[in-house]
Amino acid sequence: MSSGNTRALEGNSRHPGLNLGPAHAQEEDTREEMVFGFWVFMMSDLILFGLLFATYVTMLGGTAGGPGPKELFELKSAFIQTMILLVSSVTFGMASLALKYREDKARLVVWLLVTLALGLAFLFFELKDFHSMFDKGGVPSRSGYLSAFFSLVPLHGLHVTGACIWLVALLGQMAVHGLDAPVKTGILRLAILWHFLDIVWIGIFSLVYLGGLS
Amino acid sequence: MSTRQLNEQEARECKTEQRSYLWGFGLALVLTLIPFGLVAFADVERMTLWLTIGGCALAQVIVHLRFFMHITLAKNKREDLLLVLFTVLILVILCGGTLWILFDLYKRMLPGMMP
Repeated sequence: MSSGNTRALEGNSRHPGLNLGPAHAQEEDTREEMVFGFWVFMMSDLILFGLLFATYVTMLGGTAGGPGPKELFELKSAFIQTMILLVSSVTFGMASLALKYREDKARLVVWLLVTLALGLAFLFFELKDFHSMFDKGGVPSRSGYLSAFFSLVPLHGLHVTGACIWLVALLGQMAVHGLDAPVKTGILRLAILWHFLDIVWIGIFSLVYLGGLS
Repeated sequence: MSTRQLNEQEARECKTEQRSYLWGFGLALVLTLIPFGLVAFADVERMTLWLTIGGCALAQVIVHLRFFMHITLAKNKREDLLLVLFTVLILVILCGGTLWILFDLYKRMLPGMMP
């Protein structure tokens, strides 16, 4: 991976994340500031998630006689959600590359729509999971453990929902204004959010689902 | 519709970056399948299992940062790396402190809360 070619690419980067490069020189400076600012926001969000993870761990013993992870979670469903989110990260990467190298609206829109579909599928499986948990008596008010679970995992789902809405808004903006500079920076920032949410999900499936079921 | 014609160098770059995303996908896939497979099918001792899950998760986070978010060790990217590392430092202090204080409290006063 560290061929001279990649290194030359990295040598030109002006902000973290995928750089659009010299072909998109317009408003490069504002883009640099906006993307870095978005990274700072993302990192503050990471601290929020980190503390909810810590809260969850401290509440592991607080099931108060209610259902615990072994009764509530299903490995298969967690695996499906993990795969959907991982593939959606790659399809968003393909969308970013379509933007960077082709400025090809059709290809970009197709990849973004695939990503959106995967995001919605993820939400569908997550809600189905919560529904079956409710059926088994796993409601947030049942125990401290379940309160901690329902403040951590649905918060991630809420982020994914927000990202999907943002994606739809960007598609609308693109339809009205075309591929102008605000749309391009929007896609760059949404890409960071999308990949970031996948990283948070690694923590959730490892600690909450795999840790709870092992 | 503006489909830009790629020159030779850009076409090569595009290929490299595409391959980089696919490498990231392959590595992440392996690092996901190992812990899921162990939990689903294998009969491993608990502590070993937890350490493997944790190790795979950590490795996968690094894979995602490197291949999907383009955070590398390149010299002109030190600011972003510093931002990420500083956040990790804050996170370790906050989370580590929370876990230390609360589990110490449980041990001394609320043994029923120990998982």
